[in-house]
Amino acid sequence: MAELTLPKNSRIRPGKIWPRPTAGRLTEFRVYRYDPDSGETPRLDTYFVDRDDCGPMILDGLLWIKNKVDPTLTLRRSCREGICGSCSMNIGGANTLACTKGMDDYTGAISVYPLPHMPVIKDLVPDLSTFYEQHRSIEPWLKTVSPMPEKERLQTRDDREKLDGLYECILCACCSTSCPSYWWNGEKYLGPAVLLQAYRWLIDSRDEAAEERLDNLEDPFKLYRCHTIMNCAKVCPKGLNPAKAIAEIKQMMAKREFA
Amino acid sequence: MAPTSRPLSPHLSIYRFTLTMAMSILQRATGIAQYAGLLLFVLWLCAAALGGGVFDVANAIFASWFGQLVLFAFTWSLLHHMFGGLRYFIWDRATAMDPVSREWLVRIQLAASCVLTPVAWAIFVWFK
Repeated sequence: MAELTLPKNSRIRPGKIWPRPTAGRLTEFRVYRYDPDSGETPRLDTYFVDRDDCGPMILDGLLWIKNKVDPTLTLRRSCREGICGSCSMNIGGANTLACTKGMDDYTGAISVYPLPHMPVIKDLVPDLSTFYEQHRSIEPWLKTVSPMPEKERLQTRDDREKLDGLYECILCACCSTSCPSYWWNGEKYLGPAVLLQAYRWLIDSRDEAAEERLDNLEDPFKLYRCHTIMNCAKVCPKGLNPAKAIAEIKQMMAKREFA
Repeated sequence: MAPTSRPLSPHLSIYRFTLTMAMSILQRATGIAQYAGLLLFVLWLCAAALGGGVFDVANAIFASWFGQLVLFAFTWSLLHHMFGGLRYFIWDRATAMDPVSREWLVRIQLAASCVLTPVAWAIFVWFK
């Protein structure tokens, strides 16, 4: 049964309001804070970012806070150009990458939370171990039985095109953690990101383990907990459509069953 | 490493609702309402089987303003759930899932159930 409310240790207290710069164009940030060493429950801190002294992206704003206001603010980031998938978080009520989302896309105070319904390690850093473990479970690599060709395994242009819209996934987990079904059954349902990856290997013309892969997904929870809520497709910062990939897998299942 | 002591990040309370998300919840809700609605129908059939005074009482309850309100809501719930089923049928074919089509699909479903409920009542109840 879905637990709609947060457990006691997760409820959010009002936090500190950090000093407001006296000049400049200010944007208010409300940021989720949790310090595992303090023994206290999470809180929501308010910061004011001077836009005249800061880059245009949410990530720029968060790093401005970290550099100039509060060095204890903790977040993951790396590439700052939407390809590493590290700075995924919930901004303004929807999951996205802080580095590719502009502050100008929001009016008023910008709320920043870690990815939803995840165990929080510190501040904006969630524990993604289960997510990665699920990705491992679909065996995201090429599986073959035919003998190794002399050079590489070739693919026609058309077959290669089938991987477009799938291979671009950066595993940022924005989609999986936007999915209410994944919130309620995240241990057993694989979630949109992992299922998109599963489809990426199912549809690869060079892969020879489709039957085995489908067997692995034939389960009331792993695949069929997708109720086409579509949050995944709406939030994907790379513009991919995990919901469609899942529908394609369901079709493969049905075709296999009634072939 | 003590994952159990880690707080859970907020979800429902902070997530901005999307139309498709709301419609998914509504689909579940109308599905549950079907149980209650069908129970009313079965009670009415039982009353009809018993006949006489019992049937008159049942009809009087269903004809009261509250009874009519409940039946009207049940009609909407039934139609909405049915159109939702058709929507899932389309999506299960992996079609109309692009950003524009999927928003139109849920809007059409909502409009269809809201328009056809009064139409059905006009035909079968009000101007019979």
